[in-house]
Amino acid sequence: MKCRKCGRSAVINMRHHKLALCEECYLEWFPEQTKRAIERYRMFGPREKILVAVSGGKDSLSLWDVLLRLGYRADGLYIHLGIDGKGYSDRSLNYVEKFAARFWGASFKVVDVKALYGKSITELAREKLRGRKICSLCGLVKRHEMNRLAYEGGYDAIATGHNLDDEAATLLGNALRWQAGYLARQAPVLPSTHPKLARKVKPFCRLYERETAAYAILRGIEYIYDECPFAIGATSIFYKEILNQLEVHSPGTKLQFYLGFLRAREEGLFSKAMEGLKLGECEKCGQPTTAPKLCAFCRLWES
Amino acid sequence: MVKVIYRDKEWELKGRMTVRDAISKVGLNIQAVLAVRDGKLITEDTILKDGDVVKLVAVVSGG
Repeated sequence: MKCRKCGRSAVINMRHHKLALCEECYLEWFPEQTKRAIERYRMFGPREKILVAVSGGKDSLSLWDVLLRLGYRADGLYIHLGIDGKGYSDRSLNYVEKFAARFWGASFKVVDVKALYGKSITELAREKLRGRKICSLCGLVKRHEMNRLAYEGGYDAIATGHNLDDEAATLLGNALRWQAGYLARQAPVLPSTHPKLARKVKPFCRLYERETAAYAILRGIEYIYDECPFAIGATSIFYKEILNQLEVHSPGTKLQFYLGFLRAREEGLFSKAMEGLKLGECEKCGQPTTAPKLCAFCRLWES
Repeated sequence: MVKVIYRDKEWELKGRMTVRDAISKVGLNIQAVLAVRDGKLITEDTILKDGDVVKLVAVVSGG
């Protein structure tokens, strides 16, 4: 297969775009697509300060790489959750450190949850969840810490490496249960709704997971390949498998599913569910919350 | 023989085939993996020959 732009040997074929590209053209195309999404959805401007949530995985490290190459002011944030299956968090942090050491000008902060709050996510889950899935707890802790660090560091936006497959899987899950509130809040940009909440943006929301992996490989970015031990058997992975079956049968299904949803959302399909929630501030940490006294994060640490 | 490696699994496949055929023979979805031969990414129409070693890189992550 030949590159559609220059005729050299292609390294990736994107059937949904009817586009095959060689290594050189792909490494140009991928950041261009990211920039286009940043501008199309007005995620942030060239002078704004961006906090990139990095996990050591292919998506977040590729995102950090692309934002720095595009010239954005993007700092990394690694949240060490203390996931201890074969030292998973330590190994993930190691990939972040390696990336930052290789990329001149890449600076990042590490938040160690156990050092700050006294318990790792694994220990917390053992006490609080009693066998339930840990991912929701992980999400809550990460959101709290991202918001806190973004506010304290004066960042305009928090960028995450969510790709189109992540978004399509979330959409499928929400649509299967017709969760209008979640559907209303699923978007490439979540605007700030409180002075202490930075905007949330997903610059890879139109790029397939296969494309972010290809970018990491071609760019020589080393990333944690193993799945988080707690994500094994996760429903989101099952939804991705189903969507990939549909994609093989009819290329472009995932993209159309997501873009069609965004159009429907813009046209007001979920406008009723979008009506703003009233935000107060947590009595303990001061972060915005809909709860009357303590936010969900602070309630976690109450004995 | 073509050797196919995916995570901690290995297969030996007989005969000439494309990357697409090899992925299908080991029961994986073409959307869920990328194929690497001699350290280079290759497309699904690439013909594999005797002695080739293809590593399939999983691209799906979640949680």
